[in-house]
Amino acid sequence: MTTLAFGLITGILFGALLQQAEVLRYEKQVGAMRLMDMTIVKFMLTTIVVGSIGIFLLKDLGLVSFDPRPLSLGLQIIGGLLFGVGWALIGYCPGTSLGALAEGRYHVIWPILGMLIGGLVFAFLYPMVQEHIQPMGNYGPISVADMLGVNHWFVILALAVGAGFLFRFFEKHNL
Amino acid sequence: MKSRAWMKPYICGGLAGLLLVASVAIAGQFFGTSTTFPRMVTWLTNSIGIDLSHLAFFQASGGSLTGAAFPDWQLLFVIGIALGAFLASIATKTFQLEPLPPMWAERFGNRLGLRIGHSIIGGILLMVGARMAGGCPSGHGVSGVSQLGVSSFLALVMFFVGGIFMARFLYGRRSS
Repeated sequence: MTTLAFGLITGILFGALLQQAEVLRYEKQVGAMRLMDMTIVKFMLTTIVVGSIGIFLLKDLGLVSFDPRPLSLGLQIIGGLLFGVGWALIGYCPGTSLGALAEGRYHVIWPILGMLIGGLVFAFLYPMVQEHIQPMGNYGPISVADMLGVNHWFVILALAVGAGFLFRFFEKHNL
Repeated sequence: MKSRAWMKPYICGGLAGLLLVASVAIAGQFFGTSTTFPRMVTWLTNSIGIDLSHLAFFQASGGSLTGAAFPDWQLLFVIGIALGAFLASIATKTFQLEPLPPMWAERFGNRLGLRIGHSIIGGILLMVGARMAGGCPSGHGVSGVSQLGVSSFLALVMFFVGGIFMARFLYGRRSS
């Protein structure tokens, strides 16, 4: 019950932040893919940099433990590309779609319907995906720090510096 | 505060990062949304009496990928996103009813049928892709990249590669 309450509260706060940053809009999502408006990239990268610093602090203090999601080149490359193509067609991702509906963009009911059908399609494709695509380049839960053999703070620093340069570029060019 | 408008995505993004950290610290939960879609649809099919439990998908991860997992943290998180967006849009008077996305309508016209076609095909591709890749921009993008997972970096890059390619196909080269 407490877990559910935390889910609801976290969702409300996250939804309000997404709404205020205007990232719930088709124009912002497709705008990023058309390389015209990088609002969603700014939001996402800032979240990632702050989030990674915080969760690795918690991890180093021994307060939480986590492993990255397992790496399968087949799953992430094929799945990721399919996702991207669909993303450009609908202009929303799963999380932002419900937020967009709630701020009045009711045309998003069609993408939501499509994503629900997609969930069902995936249930049927699942055995094929597990058998044929998952084993392609399967490396398990590996982090960038493991892969490069460096400390995770080095990767976080590089991420933050990279994001900073990207942000400067975006602001300079009004993206 | 108009001159500060450019800071908004960074401030909101930074606060979202702190929210992620708080969620991990307090509830042990990373953000993610896409699994709720197959859960919801299998919950719906089950509710109207269609039995699909013979599919291997229903046994995968101890059945946690289907509606059997409801109600869970992520379902409430997704409901919360809608609630929070609604409240924020009302509070700031940015709630706006829209029959079609303006950018889309400018390119394709007021063609609801075509928009439904794009939406259904795109929605299917997106969700199959998300579940195959193991996450969406919140699960892989925000949570996974924050954990520095190679899988998540790769998935996030592929989301954008696919998206940029398809957007170019739909909208052509940037004219302005």
